[in-house]
Amino acid sequence: MTGIWIAVLVTAGGCYAFKLAGLAVPQRVLASPRVRRFAELVPVALLAALSAVQAFTSGQAFDLDPARLAGMGAAIVALLLRAPFLVVIVAAAGTAAALRAAGIA
Amino acid sequence: MPARTTDSVTPEAPSAPRPVRPVRDGIALGLAVGVSGLAFGAAAVSSGLSTWQACALSVLAFTGASQFALAGVIASGGSLLAGTAGAILLGSRNSLYGLRLAGILRPRGPLRFLTALGVIDETTAVTLAQPDRESARRGFTATFCCLYLTWNLATLGGALGAGRIGSPQAFGLDVVGPAAFLALIWPRLKAGRTERLVALGGAAIALGTTPILPVGVPVILAATAALAGALASPGAQQPSAAPPDAPARRQAAAGQGPEARPGTAAP
Repeated sequence: MTGIWIAVLVTAGGCYAFKLAGLAVPQRVLASPRVRRFAELVPVALLAALSAVQAFTSGQAFDLDPARLAGMGAAIVALLLRAPFLVVIVAAAGTAAALRAAGIA
Repeated sequence: MPARTTDSVTPEAPSAPRPVRPVRDGIALGLAVGVSGLAFGAAAVSSGLSTWQACALSVLAFTGASQFALAGVIASGGSLLAGTAGAILLGSRNSLYGLRLAGILRPRGPLRFLTALGVIDETTAVTLAQPDRESARRGFTATFCCLYLTWNLATLGGALGAGRIGSPQAFGLDVVGPAAFLALIWPRLKAGRTERLVALGGAAIALGTTPILPVGVPVILAATAALAGALASPGAQQPSAAPPDAPARRQAAAGQGPEARPGTAAP
């Protein structure tokens, strides 16, 4: 139990330190155009990766769950129709939930 | 659509398709994602953590992927040291987010320590989707507050009710994360070809390495797509607002702030 507490607290401390480190980097580092461009593109790359990984994999395996794929499809359709954010989310979750409830997927 | 303010954080923002509702979007995302705290609380307790340990992780670490990773290793009886290292490594991407958010949020003094706690995927996504600094700050605050409260209450609920809660999948909650992240970077994808290539590259790298790397590492590796994008656009600061191609870069370069340069010093 003590071991787990240590793991919990060290994990929390480490995660917090990483968050703070990013904020604390002197902004003049971003004066370089390339560094600034990198900092701008990082969230795009990471969030796209996160979205793809959460949508198409489970653990270390590809997991093409039909309901989840349909939900992502609904989100993309909503985005193409310029729906507000909330509608995109509800469309995605609602589609997946409805298909599962209906036992289709 | 309502008029947009012109004080852009990101010059490409004007092509964003949707009205700006930082607080509403932040609260919506906070509630929707925060509910997943139920799943974390339940998973943590069934992995062998106590209720208080699960809650401590949510209160202090407050970064879902790392929390799930640690619980997963504990559940599988893996080494606590490796589990802790992996969870912290997973949290390293928040550092990259912080680098980007610092210039927009500009937290000062003790506020910086509180702001740091909130630097995660969801707050970054909402913040960067805003067209001006004021909306960005409001979006960050709304998302952080709502998600923090919901995530922690849900963790406690999940830990106490472990085993009695239905699957979050029944409500389609597993699609909320990926759909929200896609929706939030959508305006940036429409902003320029580099953004689209970087997003596709990042997704491809992460998917391609998922089978061979420990969970979580592929997403961090996706940052190399951003590195390639930054190196491939020499001297370019921002993509243009109008045509996504090269000519407008020069224009953007001219708009580089006067505050640049004081110390281009190496770290």
